[in-house]
Amino acid sequence: MITDIVIVVAAALLAGVYVSWRAGRIDRLHARVEMARTALDVTLLRRSSVAMELATSGLLDPATGLLLAAAVYGTRSTPGSAGLVPAGQQGGERPRDLAESDLTRALRAAFSQPGFRTSLSGKDGADELLAEVEAAAHQVFLARKFYNDVVAATREARARPLARLLRLSGKAQAPQFFEMDDSLVAEKSSAPLGR
Amino acid sequence: MKIGIACPYSWDVPGGVQQHIRDLAEALIDEGHEVSVISPADDDTPLPPYVVGAGRAVPVPYNGSVARLSFGFLSVSRVRRWIRDGAFDVLHVHEPEIPSLSLLACWVASGPIVATVHTAIPRSRILLVTYPVVRTGMEKINGRIAVSEAARTTLVEHIGGDAVVIPNGVATRRYRKADPLPGWPGPGGAIGFLGRLDEPRKGLSVLLKAFEILGPQRPGLRLLIAGPAADAEEVLHRLPAGLRDRVVLLGQVSEDDKVRVLHSVDVFCSPNTGGESFGIVTAEAMAAGVPIVASDIDAFRQVLRDGEAGELFATGDAADLARAAGRLLDDPARQARLSAAALAAVADYDWSVVARAVFSVYETVVLGSTPVAVTASGSDFPQDGLS
Repeated sequence: MITDIVIVVAAALLAGVYVSWRAGRIDRLHARVEMARTALDVTLLRRSSVAMELATSGLLDPATGLLLAAAVYGTRSTPGSAGLVPAGQQGGERPRDLAESDLTRALRAAFSQPGFRTSLSGKDGADELLAEVEAAAHQVFLARKFYNDVVAATREARARPLARLLRLSGKAQAPQFFEMDDSLVAEKSSAPLGR
Repeated sequence: MKIGIACPYSWDVPGGVQQHIRDLAEALIDEGHEVSVISPADDDTPLPPYVVGAGRAVPVPYNGSVARLSFGFLSVSRVRRWIRDGAFDVLHVHEPEIPSLSLLACWVASGPIVATVHTAIPRSRILLVTYPVVRTGMEKINGRIAVSEAARTTLVEHIGGDAVVIPNGVATRRYRKADPLPGWPGPGGAIGFLGRLDEPRKGLSVLLKAFEILGPQRPGLRLLIAGPAADAEEVLHRLPAGLRDRVVLLGQVSEDDKVRVLHSVDVFCSPNTGGESFGIVTAEAMAAGVPIVASDIDAFRQVLRDGEAGELFATGDAADLARAAGRLLDDPARQARLSAAALAAVADYDWSVVARAVFSVYETVVLGSTPVAVTASGSDFPQDGLS
């Protein structure tokens, strides 16, 4: 009799510990999503500002410069941090993922011109600035990858039956993936202005 | 005069700016001027003899949509070579605020430069952000033309400076002859309409109400309606069921089909309730020689010479439109008279007239100026090594 009660109490305790461990894990995952999102936001902003520096540097022809400046403007006019604001709730004209992808494509169009680097090399500060743009773009690629990783883990933890049954994620909304075109490397087929 | 014209958009893509440049260039050539147009174009696109291709345009995101533009240092060197070889007296750039050939031409050239602004830009902040990038090119412009009052307002408010308004012309000879669509106008007569179906100011609902009056009186009469609409079905449902099969909706039509539509009807109706500064569609109908019944807004009163070149009715008054259209349908002699008067009146809006107005801007900016040349700012870019 006593042993039965001990077993039941022990089982209840164990179950409680397990559930609170799961809930704690989901909570920690949400916190990691927040950190990853901040990191992604920072890298995107950094990329925008370096792209603007390139646009106004006088190194490029004004048409390429204008193209980049307009794309940077597009990323700034979308409120909300990366991937947080659901589509349809944004005050801006274009969702951030699309605006950031536009900037990627504008940068790619500039960088993939045949002989682009040769045309700039030797100009004051050109090599450093180009390297900085590429580094910033690569950081966006990394930050987005890490962000989407932790979003996937979080969504998976939230989707488990126990977590759903006991509402372990509380009122926190499921984090959203941030999808965008972030590759500066052009496809082989699209060599612009080629002859 | 030797005139160099820079086009920002791909020549092989249909568009208002390209068409404007083509019509202007051809009208100037007809006047005996030497014209060369530089435009992005695919290498295998057949080009008119006066167009120089600047290589394939690259699709890039710009202002929230994808545009096909030419930019980069290779485009710079092509523009520079075109300017050097052309030895132009005047350089005429179109839409220089777009990142393409026109902006590059401003940047590498010195000498008399005329710029035409086509679009009205409602957002101004983007210009504040991007203007520093384009300032060097923009400040060289000696004379500006806006194709509409709205485009001029954009310029005055956002960039500063002023512009003369010279509206688009009508290439009247392109509208003069065309085969009617099969089966039109038909024995019972037909009335035509062109324009956005769901834009209230275009006045389609006035015409539909008038057709409710005319339709039962004239069993064979039909309506031919061409133009885009978000919901074409809804348009038909505004009519009583018995009349719906006598209304034909063509949707958006090509330029060629537009001319055929104009030649497929006995009477063309412009029921606009306002918001027109000129009424290009009405002018095109005049050029096709189709008798017109139009609302008496100022723009139409002017182009139709107070009713001499077309029947006018009280704006927004469906009963008056039904009366005016009915009278015109019944009177072939009056139709012929109005048609002839319209053809004569529209000659004032022909491209040849517009081209002369543009040419007088050229004459003003070349006064006391040296011919167009390549500046130093363009030449610290490498020469076109690939050609």
